[in-house]
Amino acid sequence: MSRRTDNEDPKTGMTRRSFIKGVGVGAAAAAAASGTLSALTDAEAKEAKAEEMQKLTLRVNGRSHRLLVEPRWSLLFVLREKMGLTGTKVGCERGECGACTVLINGVPQYACMTLALEAEGHEITTVEGLMKGEELGPVQQAFLENDAFQCGYCTPGQIMAAEGLLRANAPLTVAEIQKGMSGNLCRCGAYTHIFRAVEAAAKARSGKRGEP
Amino acid sequence: MKKQTEEMYYTQGLAVPETPKPGDPPKPWKQTNVIGKKIPRIDAYERVSGTAVYPSDLVLPRMLFGAILRCPHPHAMVKGVDTRKAEKMPGVHAVISGSTPENNPNWKYSTFGRIEFATRIFEANCRYEGEPVAAVAAETPYQAWDAVRAIQVEYEVLPFVADEEKALAPGAPRIHEKGNQVGETQRYSRGDVQKGLNEADVVVEMSFNTACELHTPMELHGCVADWDGDNLTIWESTQGVYPVQNGVAQALGLPLSKVRVIGRYMGGGFGSKLRAGKYTVIAALLARMTARPVKLVLSREETYLATGNRPPVHMKLKAGVKQDGTLTALDFSCLASGGAYPAGGTSLVDWVVRDLYLCPNVRSEMTDVYINAGPARPMRAPGHPQGAWALEQMMDALAEKIGMDPVDLRLKNIPAFSQAREGNPPYTSTGLQACLVEGAKVFGWKEAREKIGKETPRGSVRRGVGVAAGLWVAGGGGPPSTVLVKLFSDGSVNLNMGASDIGTGTKTVMAMVVSEELGIRPEMIQIENADTGTTQYATASGGSKTVPTEAPAVRAAAVEVRRQLFALAASELKTDPTSLYLMGGEVSSKEDPSKKIKIIEVPGLKRAGVIVGVGYRGPNPQNRAVNPFAAQFCEVEVNMKTGEVKILRFLAAQDSGRVMNRLTYDSQVIGGITMGIGLAMTEARILDRNGTGKLVNRNWHDYKVPTALDVPAEITALPIEPEDAEANTTGSKGLGEPVTIPTAAAVANAVRHATGIRVLDTPMSPARLCKLIAEKGKEG
Repeated sequence: MSRRTDNEDPKTGMTRRSFIKGVGVGAAAAAAASGTLSALTDAEAKEAKAEEMQKLTLRVNGRSHRLLVEPRWSLLFVLREKMGLTGTKVGCERGECGACTVLINGVPQYACMTLALEAEGHEITTVEGLMKGEELGPVQQAFLENDAFQCGYCTPGQIMAAEGLLRANAPLTVAEIQKGMSGNLCRCGAYTHIFRAVEAAAKARSGKRGEP
Repeated sequence: MKKQTEEMYYTQGLAVPETPKPGDPPKPWKQTNVIGKKIPRIDAYERVSGTAVYPSDLVLPRMLFGAILRCPHPHAMVKGVDTRKAEKMPGVHAVISGSTPENNPNWKYSTFGRIEFATRIFEANCRYEGEPVAAVAAETPYQAWDAVRAIQVEYEVLPFVADEEKALAPGAPRIHEKGNQVGETQRYSRGDVQKGLNEADVVVEMSFNTACELHTPMELHGCVADWDGDNLTIWESTQGVYPVQNGVAQALGLPLSKVRVIGRYMGGGFGSKLRAGKYTVIAALLARMTARPVKLVLSREETYLATGNRPPVHMKLKAGVKQDGTLTALDFSCLASGGAYPAGGTSLVDWVVRDLYLCPNVRSEMTDVYINAGPARPMRAPGHPQGAWALEQMMDALAEKIGMDPVDLRLKNIPAFSQAREGNPPYTSTGLQACLVEGAKVFGWKEAREKIGKETPRGSVRRGVGVAAGLWVAGGGGPPSTVLVKLFSDGSVNLNMGASDIGTGTKTVMAMVVSEELGIRPEMIQIENADTGTTQYATASGGSKTVPTEAPAVRAAAVEVRRQLFALAASELKTDPTSLYLMGGEVSSKEDPSKKIKIIEVPGLKRAGVIVGVGYRGPNPQNRAVNPFAAQFCEVEVNMKTGEVKILRFLAAQDSGRVMNRLTYDSQVIGGITMGIGLAMTEARILDRNGTGKLVNRNWHDYKVPTALDVPAEITALPIEPEDAEANTTGSKGLGEPVTIPTAAAVANAVRHATGIRVLDTPMSPARLCKLIAEKGKEG
């Protein structure tokens, strides 16, 4: 499964739009600092008429999907209501809560603030994409073991933000985890358990890297 | 293969509790094998993998999307609704409003049964911004919103009052015919307050205000409604499927058997999803009209306007204390508003004042008023955090005046019985004293106060510690509740209960109860819950009563399964059922070790296919009060230049009876404290009270809930578990609400300790603190 297209896409600068769409400060900033941010470019957007359905191919969790969409449909709407990928949740539809966080080219982004058309040509990973068949991914497993959720509704978004944070490969202190996860709200208030889960996942990840 | 299965289902070598005689309740657990341990949730996989289907996730074939047009004015009369343009728009299938009387049934508001008020689903007299005026069903939500925007409404805009303190002023616009007061002022009194104040060495009087908070659960309010002929099925994001069924059946005039409500998963409620909403009925109406399933999930902004709040409260408290710390009098009054309809604006605000500390002379007066704002709904421990904000800061102030440690002052006034209830019933257990003593010890309270007292402040940062205590009026649970435990012929188990798991870990705790009683591993238990069509009756999950209500019913059902199993095994073993015990999936005789049989080999079970145990929640003990208690401690840093408060650490000593699952217990504690930090620091609904009357901060950007940056890196839970054989057969009391009651006051007391400033109003925003610091500077 190809996760990133940073090598294919030389543009690593941050446009105003991608900045707005980025998750919180933490995860996106960490990614930018390590040079992995591959922003969606305005130049790629074609002009589309509101009432005309557009053909679109989306790369989601390593597979290509051909769809017909209205230009105004968000990536969130298409993932949930048209593709049945309801692990990505809807919380505010205005880029405030992070429940809809997905990875676009490995970087956490709010799917509610991304038009489906804009996401064409990029690698999208949803929470379903972290699974290996029926087996949980390591971040998901860490959330399970540390009870890093309560109602579970913000959880897929939290997990994707954590996944992005870990993929940026920066060493993480608790303060950095707090900052990195600050773009994702949890009204049940599971934050301190989320910190523990991210710490555990980071530890497991660095342990794995250290293996011969 | 057989052996493998047995080992998979049952833990070998674990003894399960004694089976009581028929008719007797089971005895309290002594040593437990499963209860109290740290066990990850049995539905954690579904929640972290994304496979859990929440009501807002549901996609049905031919499903349409609903959207609601809401009144943009705080007070207006709908004179006409023109839907012609909207009806012709692409994708639109139905438009309903007050002009379609067949689609405008009655709707009731009530204050916990005390006062009721009937209106319409689409009420012409819009008494708050956000009142539904019309609704649309269309093929996509985008088209539905297009159509909503195309509906033309003629409003007669009316004068409004959005300031609860002006609601009773002469000349204030009338929201209801009888005026703006909700019923009568509620009065309570015991002893003689004046006498008590006269006896006091020190009397302190202060006024406190808590801002209106909004629940804002992560999953939006809403449902999917679908008709098959005259059978209605609703998938609702709710804390209680049975109350939703009742509300919808009442509104639509349907028999309960024609309304099935399913809510297996739900994304948070905090009291705002205890009952059906107008949106539930509107979804059903749209689905009936279009003969298609309709998903109606509110926008975030709509949930800010119309799905409840914690009422804003203005409080006055006068208290008297003797030099030795004996409380002599508490005189409390408050004014609050539950919005435009009877909704419990003052509900339970005075309870902690009346019942937390020993005090012979107490008086309380509470006035609930109407304002033109969205109706309140119960929010996590209704009234209590507000009351505690006043009482617990008052205790701190009294301690300071008489030169006593605030922990010691509280310890001086611990009651063993409930003074505010008739007949002064004793508590089945009270850990209030232990919460204070143990909490102070583990937190290092005395040491921290001493250390901070000796420190020379560096730069602009001041450090302080604070304590506050609390109790929750409910939390004992009670009947009714029915559950079924089914033992399949292979020894695995199904648990059937109506209760919702609102994120507190209810399902996991109940599986642990079955596991404790039958020795089966929790992960081998299938749970079917929150479905009025297939699961047993339960009240809504709320009031911190779910575990103490449901766990005893589950225990009774599991014990009943064991009794039936022993009867079947006894006839095979030709022995007396009372001589049998169960261990590791095997039934054996206590008297004759040669007489034993594996569960899966009991012929009676094989023939029957299943054993069904029915469990009921028994009555609560008579003339006793069952309440959880708490004491919380925190340390803060205040930046005197910026007014910023950094919460460094928090410890919660909680008496919620027996700890059922230590892992989800900790989650509840950190969640309650996080929400309490929101009340203390960031949350306030702002109405443009002197201008337009509209809600100013209608999203998470402007109405701030705590983020990962606003909580300490660690929050410590310290369970205090007094033995409680009386409360119920599991010894558990509620936890979810008591954990959020003292939190805000504890932070305020820590800020006082750090700065010498007593903050009387929430939220303690940097702006508010800066102003207070500047004022203090002027005073010198």
